[in-house]
Amino acid sequence: MRKKHDWLRETYQKSLEKMPERPVAHRTLSDIAPEPLYTPEDIGVLDPEYGEKRGFPGEYPYTRGVYGSMYRSKLWTMRMFAGFGTAEQTNARFKKLLQAGQTGLSVAFDLPTLMGYDSDHPLAKGEVGKCGVAVSSLADMEILFDGINLEEVTTSMTINSPANAIWAMYLAVAKKRGYDWKRLGGTIQNDILKEFIAQKEYIFPPEPSVKLVIDTFEWGPKNVPKWNFISVSGYHIREAGSTAVQELAWTLADGFEYVEAALKRGLDIDEFAPRISFFFDVHNDFFEEIAKFRAARRIWAKEMRHRYGAKNPQSWALRTHAQTAGASLTAQQPLNNIARVAIQALAAVLGGTNSLHTDAYDEALALPTEESATIALRTQQIIAYETGVTHTIDPLAGSYYVEWLTDEMERQAMAIIGEIRRMGGVVRAIEEGYFLRELAEASYRYQQEVERKERIIVGVNAFTDEIPLKVPIQLVDPEVERVQAERLAQVRRERDSRRVAEALEGLHRAAKEGQNTMPHFVECALAYCTLGEMMDVLREVYGTYQEPAYV
Amino acid sequence: MAAMDRRIRVLIAKPGLDGHDRGAKVVARALRDAGMEVIYTGLRQTPEMIVSAAIQEDVDAIGLSILSGAHMHYFREVKRLLEEQGASDILLFGGGIIPDEDVPKLKALGVAAVFGPGTSTQEVVDFLRRRVPERWRAQEGV
Repeated sequence: MRKKHDWLRETYQKSLEKMPERPVAHRTLSDIAPEPLYTPEDIGVLDPEYGEKRGFPGEYPYTRGVYGSMYRSKLWTMRMFAGFGTAEQTNARFKKLLQAGQTGLSVAFDLPTLMGYDSDHPLAKGEVGKCGVAVSSLADMEILFDGINLEEVTTSMTINSPANAIWAMYLAVAKKRGYDWKRLGGTIQNDILKEFIAQKEYIFPPEPSVKLVIDTFEWGPKNVPKWNFISVSGYHIREAGSTAVQELAWTLADGFEYVEAALKRGLDIDEFAPRISFFFDVHNDFFEEIAKFRAARRIWAKEMRHRYGAKNPQSWALRTHAQTAGASLTAQQPLNNIARVAIQALAAVLGGTNSLHTDAYDEALALPTEESATIALRTQQIIAYETGVTHTIDPLAGSYYVEWLTDEMERQAMAIIGEIRRMGGVVRAIEEGYFLRELAEASYRYQQEVERKERIIVGVNAFTDEIPLKVPIQLVDPEVERVQAERLAQVRRERDSRRVAEALEGLHRAAKEGQNTMPHFVECALAYCTLGEMMDVLREVYGTYQEPAYV
Repeated sequence: MAAMDRRIRVLIAKPGLDGHDRGAKVVARALRDAGMEVIYTGLRQTPEMIVSAAIQEDVDAIGLSILSGAHMHYFREVKRLLEEQGASDILLFGGGIIPDEDVPKLKALGVAAVFGPGTSTQEVVDFLRRRVPERWRAQEGV
């Protein structure tokens, strides 16, 4: 069996060469100095399954973390999701968050953008800038990142159906400002399957939607090699009411579905798989959440290695962003949410997440204020710098409960993944309404448990207050719609209309003939085609999707 | 038919572009379990589609679920169209992420009830059982 000192000498040392330990005291408040890692050896027990099931950080099967030295060297990325109103307003919030010590950006887009409509489209009325920032063309994107160094900051963008177009706009900004695409880091969410399962911000039917995603798998590694062109997302599945086990199973099943689609296109697994990233929710059940992250890494590693034959260890390593559970936050006694978020964030860190967003306490009421967003960020900083949970890697490993629960969640998730595979895969299961039915069941069951007080929610069904506490909330300026419409009119007036027509024609041809769309999206973005124009071209070629109204 | 024997008919709708339908579906199912007839519109309905479905289905109440912040716009439009179609006696209620500050404004528009996060489905059931028979009595001219 592999010994800890071998791991220290090899993997850990190698990791430190790339990234030395952080210059903080890795010592407890009593001045005890924990080692980077503890294994059964340290307490003199035998665990014959240790190597195969748990192993070492930075090594297959990655149960204990994807990097050799984890938080000893580098903390998770503190990446707060932000966006509202106009590009100017969101740009100002980004700069405030960076000033407050945030280490990555994460863009929330408004619903018209998510659905591929320009801000002046009739269906956009009332929604512009409401739950995210409005981006209708390169002009908005230029303002959104004005004064931000794109080679220094990584940016995550929560965008799915129009992901190729929005990514192209970001890359166009970088190109115009002289940045090297090879040095850009960031993530587009680009996970359309979970949209059909949960969040429902889809435009086209499942098959052409997946085709667009695979275009990024093919084009991304060659052109923007450090970019994560997908973040396979369980977050929305969980928020829509699934259990943690369902979230785990369905998210990984989605991941495997993309892998299979990419293999079918003839792509090399070890070229694209290292840039697949993940996104999980973290709810209140502390140990279940920790076990979920550990099980996710192990399942992905095993399947990628043995079922799909990936050889590059980076193809096996599941890197993940996490977000505390918006659905767990209560409108009643909203300040209690600060405690919920802290507990959930701690679970994500103990689960070994690589990036984290903490929700603001007022999110059951409105978008976060600057103050509530800052408290949420500070919560991460307190966990990172004051609690000592970063002294040693995967500190809960070896807990009888955590290890048992990790195994149990792996077992249950694999059973569900097997069921989906027997149905013929995720797309087939979507078409058969499997996820809609399962979600309706799970969310209704949860609601009933709350109403019968089998589950206690503080401030909601127990320990309630007579007089509700008021907190200040963020209101979105109703002027946004007008400002956006004016900017769009200006863009349409000033751009080179022949270049626009040619770019859209190129996109149309590529979509129709099944070629890779990404180069055409980039050309459209540079020509200041609007998002609505690009998506209309694809709506014409692919048609749109409407799910059955199942209750 | 005596008011007490009638089944309450409710349209649950998701207006606008938002796809977060967990709340709408949980409420729809709870109302159905409470013995009501529930029509769920599915996603991305315009105010015109909602009002026309409500009239065609002859419902007693419309429940809108809105989390995107666009509630003022959608409630105002639905109410306006109901009045235009001479159907303003259909009870309009809703829920979602709606700030307290906006609730009096919605009430002033004629929205009968606004249920925020954390509401038990029983509260919605009770509200409809109380208010819909009032509407029936008014129709029967009692």
